[in-house]
Amino acid sequence: MGHVVIDVMLKPEILDPQGQAVNGALPRLGFEQFTDVRQGKRFVLTVDGEVTDEVLAAAREAAEKLLSNPVIEDVVSVRDSAHDEDPGR
Amino acid sequence: MKVGVVTFPGSLDDRDAARAVRAVGGEAVSLWHGDADLLGVDAVILPGGFSYGDYLRCGAIARFAPVMDALVPAAQGGLPVLGICNGFQVLCESHLLPGALIRNDHRKFNCVDQRLVVENASTAWTSDFEAGQEITVVLKNGEGGFVADERTLDELEGEGRVVFRYAGDNPNGSYRAIAGISNDRGNIVGLMPHPEHCVEEGYGPSTDGLPFFTSVLRQVVSAS
Repeated sequence: MGHVVIDVMLKPEILDPQGQAVNGALPRLGFEQFTDVRQGKRFVLTVDGEVTDEVLAAAREAAEKLLSNPVIEDVVSVRDSAHDEDPGR
Repeated sequence: MKVGVVTFPGSLDDRDAARAVRAVGGEAVSLWHGDADLLGVDAVILPGGFSYGDYLRCGAIARFAPVMDALVPAAQGGLPVLGICNGFQVLCESHLLPGALIRNDHRKFNCVDQRLVVENASTAWTSDFEAGQEITVVLKNGEGGFVADERTLDELEGEGRVVFRYAGDNPNGSYRAIAGISNDRGNIVGLMPHPEHCVEEGYGPSTDGLPFFTSVLRQVVSAS
């Protein structure tokens, strides 16, 4: 079984109310050094067998078409999780 | 005069939308998300609610429902389409309208009687208003912040496609206080506030929602 990891982030110019909420909570826990938080999404897609170039291409297409909205979000990474130290599964 | 109202899994306001159509003498036709068939209707309403649980992004999964395979080309061909709240989000995700809706800047769910200015009274859904008219309708959503890049915003303003703007304080951080927009032809309109809840005395802050539905009836009758 292989896994493709896709990371999606809001574009830098789009307001991120969720990130702001987290940013507001950090100082209350004593984390004073962080000046901003942006929150994104990670998708882990599973396939039978290896993550081939075709699988990665299909994952890229799915990321552009469904998993992200190009008006407000960027697909920042589409990769084979076998190359990740921490696949985040 | 038939107006289709689409029901997605998680739609909430489809019945109120159908009721609003009937209130002005139209025939409301239920359209099912799983059927790529518009049943010969003369106009379509995408109602409010939380289609597919608002998972992934509001409207993102509904956009790929079979009914949208029929609706997108019909809308591009001039069929009047109104997207209310979640329906507006579906229209943006479908790229029938530009921009996107994100979480309210104050992060709270809004449920208010909202004043709006009708800026464009020449669309299929607003011709029974006067340009500049102020109306009050219900606004209720958590993700109503309209965003788009500067170029798109300038284009919308320049082409008169900002159909509704919030009056008074901006309730959700929408860029340029935009509450609703249209395509260039004016047959597709999307807005976050809910005109279908404001069609009968005693059930809302006004009956300011009625002209949406009388407008489209008149438009269809004059086109046929």
